[in-house]
Amino acid sequence: MRGSPAYTPYHPRWHRRKVSTYWWLERWAYLRFVLRELSSVFVAWLVVLTLLQLRALGRGPEAWADFQVWLKSPLLVALNVVSFLFVVFHAVTWVNLTPRALAVRVGGRRIPDWLIAGFNYAAWAAASAFVTWVVVGG
Amino acid sequence: MGKRSNEPFLWGLFSAGGVVAALLMPIHLLLFGLAFPLGWLDPPAYERALAVARHPLARIYLFVFCAAPLFHWAHRFRFTLYDGLQIKHLNDLIFVFCYGGAIGGTVLAGYLLWTLSELLPWLLAWQI
Repeated sequence: MRGSPAYTPYHPRWHRRKVSTYWWLERWAYLRFVLRELSSVFVAWLVVLTLLQLRALGRGPEAWADFQVWLKSPLLVALNVVSFLFVVFHAVTWVNLTPRALAVRVGGRRIPDWLIAGFNYAAWAAASAFVTWVVVGG
Repeated sequence: MGKRSNEPFLWGLFSAGGVVAALLMPIHLLLFGLAFPLGWLDPPAYERALAVARHPLARIYLFVFCAAPLFHWAHRFRFTLYDGLQIKHLNDLIFVFCYGGAIGGTVLAGYLLWTLSELLPWLLAWQI
């Protein structure tokens, strides 16, 4: 389709199937892919929430208390429930993909996928336990 | 897009952010988004939250926690818009929006964490 527009030699029309804007609704695998990509929006939301929380923390005890109250509003709880589901979806799909991206070999043998995924699940559990320990008590 | 040579670097940031988001975000959302607001657990008192967040290691942690996932979001959201909505003529704008947002958020995180210091309380008179 390039070149001088002045003279166009005859050629048949390009055959290009029109892809619907809603192609991702056609199959579960496509939808799953799009949902995984959309999980990034909720990841970004948690960053925004964390930034707002840091701002409240910096402003003083009253701002902090107000922020805790704000978090209790039904709209935010609903948003955070949805966000939690999406973030867990991201984590599970991410962990399950690591063996494909990371082919580790020890002594000429490839470490089995389930072991790499298992290691990642263990790291996830350990990180979660550590964060809980730092935030809640200890 | 144009600059193809940036792609591996941006993919690296995407990947790092993906790991941070996968390992740390579910528990953060569970605690701060659900467990504390719904009263399953008592939220940390202000003094304790401030003391924890002010610790240098915690500040580094929180900085990475905010910055890396933003670049993860920028990469994924960019391709969601490219492929999902098929608005190729807006690709440059999408690129600027996504990475501009990620850089802006990173700067904001650095600023907020920096001013959490006891020495600079007057800097916190920041509105909206």
